Amino acid sequence: MASSTQSSSLWHKHAIFEKNSIILVIGIIVAIAWGGLVEIVPLFYLKSTIEKVDGVRPYTPLELAGYNIYVREGCYLCHSQMIRPLRDEVERYGHYSLAAESMYDHPFQWGSKRNGPDLARVGGKYSDDWHRDHLRNPRAVVPASIMPSYPWLEKTPLDSTHIGDQMKTLSVVGVPYTQEMIDSAEADLKAQGAGDGKAATALVKRYPKTVVRDLTAEKDGLTELDALVAYLQHLGTQVDFKLYDDKANIR
Amino acid sequence: MTHVKVLVRRGMHLGAAGQGQVRPDSAAQKFSAQQGKLMAQAAQSGKSMRIGEAGLLVVLSALALFSIFVASKAWTPVYAFHAWLFALGSIAAVVGIFKRYGARDAAWPVQEIDGRPNYNYGPIKFSAVIALFWGIAGFLVGLYIALELAFPALNFDLPWISFGRLRPLHTSAVIFAFGGNVLISTSMYVMQRTSRARLAGDLAPWFVVLGYNFFILIAGTGYLLGVTRAHEYAEPEWYAILWLVVVWVTYLLVYLFTLAKRTEPHIYVANWFYLAFIVTIAVLVLGNNTEIPISIFSPKSVIVWSGVQDAMVQWWYGHNAVGFFLTAGFLGIMYYFVPKRAERPVYSYRLSIVHFWALIFLYIWAGPHHLHYTALPDWAQTLGMTFSIMLWMPSWGGMINGLMTLSGAWDKLRTDPVLRMLVVSVAFYGMSTFEGPLMSVKAVNALSHYTDWGIGHVHSGSLGWVGFVSFGALYCLIPWVFNRKGLYSLKLVDWHFWLGTIGIVFYISAMWVAGIMQGLMWRAYTPQGFLEYSFVETTEAMHPMYVIRALGGGMFLLGALIMAFNIYKTIASPEASAVPTGRPALAPAE
Repeated sequence: MASSTQSSSLWHKHAIFEKNSIILVIGIIVAIAWGGLVEIVPLFYLKSTIEKVDGVRPYTPLELAGYNIYVREGCYLCHSQMIRPLRDEVERYGHYSLAAESMYDHPFQWGSKRNGPDLARVGGKYSDDWHRDHLRNPRAVVPASIMPSYPWLEKTPLDSTHIGDQMKTLSVVGVPYTQEMIDSAEADLKAQGAGDGKAATALVKRYPKTVVRDLTAEKDGLTELDALVAYLQHLGTQVDFKLYDDKANIR
Repeated sequence: MTHVKVLVRRGMHLGAAGQGQVRPDSAAQKFSAQQGKLMAQAAQSGKSMRIGEAGLLVVLSALALFSIFVASKAWTPVYAFHAWLFALGSIAAVVGIFKRYGARDAAWPVQEIDGRPNYNYGPIKFSAVIALFWGIAGFLVGLYIALELAFPALNFDLPWISFGRLRPLHTSAVIFAFGGNVLISTSMYVMQRTSRARLAGDLAPWFVVLGYNFFILIAGTGYLLGVTRAHEYAEPEWYAILWLVVVWVTYLLVYLFTLAKRTEPHIYVANWFYLAFIVTIAVLVLGNNTEIPISIFSPKSVIVWSGVQDAMVQWWYGHNAVGFFLTAGFLGIMYYFVPKRAERPVYSYRLSIVHFWALIFLYIWAGPHHLHYTALPDWAQTLGMTFSIMLWMPSWGGMINGLMTLSGAWDKLRTDPVLRMLVVSVAFYGMSTFEGPLMSVKAVNALSHYTDWGIGHVHSGSLGWVGFVSFGALYCLIPWVFNRKGLYSLKLVDWHFWLGTIGIVFYISAMWVAGIMQGLMWRAYTPQGFLEYSFVETTEAMHPMYVIRALGGGMFLLGALIMAFNIYKTIASPEASAVPTGRPALAPAE
């Protein structure tokens, strides 16, 4: 049959891949290139990828230190930070997450599994004391919780020596930290945990809407727990959804 | 190519003197601690350093010095510890190279003995055995974290065994340490046998095997001590990845140079899949590790992408770690070991061509289905879903090609538990590649995402497909490369098979129930229109399922321990007859 001859000649042509390893490797690279190129590259130039919203700012040095602890302890493995636009999620956790809200997260912390609840809008939901008790021993606050206890966080002094270096590197990849912010990183970090004062005023000027706490009154210095709580209390509080116009950002 | 010719020529001068086995020429040449003396002795007997040996000695010595310098200035104790590990590892390798030099023959190993290729099995033996070790370690950690979810007191308030640090250890140990070593050992076997050529390189294959396991050591200890990039299945920090890239490029070169030496005109299909695995993993790792270290003295780096772009790149990587590490690589195993064990040719040569190209082209698009209903733009989610559904076809094409290879040999399933293990692995492959496209449908994903259904799906693929096909391949490979008549006990393989299978069934059914139940509880409303359950009530409801899951995982681990005993007894048994590897070489299965 003509058609069978034709098709067998096509099969025959495949021999070029089977007889030349370099051509095979090139063929593989060509085959696997498309998906990534089409799905990833446009995300960098389509303006609609990240919504235009007011209020999203980079982390303060103390929040950034808390974010580092969140990453180190692998919190993202049990807690998502991505509320989907489904009725029950919006009612349980709050407004669905925007891409803009994580645009300064290097790396992103959306997560993929909820062994515990979503944390995208946990900021301001509970008191600082609740978070401290909960991180010390979750079952003291939520008896059926399966979360590990993190008692070492309040015993470990916060090492902030290199927080400015991290901010400097982040500024290279596009996080709008100014030279002034980088230079005053350690001072800002201490100011956020030291209550009021001139330093705190300067901090809030650099990072609008920052909540300053008096954490060092009873202790010698800040702990890892202080940083983590500052980070958690900041989550999801940047965008004012009373003012946010989701129609303007329909994609 | 000239390199290869030199190897052959040098080999021929010496005839059959060198057997490829490292053995001392004479007592005088045995390793002595004094390197200078050793060199002098070597010079007397006409032995000289090969370029590869000398080059690697220089590079590793420099790395050792550099690591000590970095360790002295490291910003964190963990990083200093890792720098010291690099220094010690390099020094150990330098000593090892000298030792090997002292013990080896002056001539290159011959390429052929009596017209048969002089296969190099040393690195294969090492990675096959260590794969089993890592496998058991990884299953054990998996069992432990499963128990932590059921009984949180098991976290013992210790940082390094808390769930968040052990989970990456579990996933990396089973995927990269166990799976990776299985892939390296089987691929080095398959590339030699199907090319009818000795493994290319002298030290290079050993560098690949030992260097890869050193990467595992750095990554694993890093997780326990809190060094992570927080990208799932891509947690190792920049310095571990830099090392991995060097190892991986060497692996690709060993593969390509071995293929270049082949005496078979065609590159056998298993090699296509192995090559796709090696090349694509290189592309994915480079893409997902575009990061800037904060300092050369800091373990921490900052990834260039953020938020939504980082999420897309991560799941482009993450899903294709499944697609190319856990699928393409292990399909290479299927295409060699199933026909070999069944003693039947591959069912369809044309199907394998379609299977190969369709699978690698379609898989790479499927990543966005991990990001349904997130802040990723809808167009990308829809593309991911569409390609995930299309992916069902090549996946099942491959499954059919593997299963139908048994036509005419189905009776062997009754008598050969190793073949049964291989075949059941292909069946699990079919099942989870049906479930995957189903879960990638947005409406289904709205229920399944964030729940244990995903965990169940992953484990039907990883325990059922990757685990069983690896066990089956190792049961074949180890007697072959250690030159043993057969396994110590087929009865024990039977026990392993049934314990493993029942364990998987317990595991995945518990996770289906847990996942669907939790998903439904999250979206349940009272008649008054309020959410019916608080989050923690859904957690409480899962407890029995978590216990059953741990039971299933425990059975799977028990099966693996039986395997370890069986393999130990096999290796401890006497060698098969003195006739060297009398088995006929593989004919291309077309």
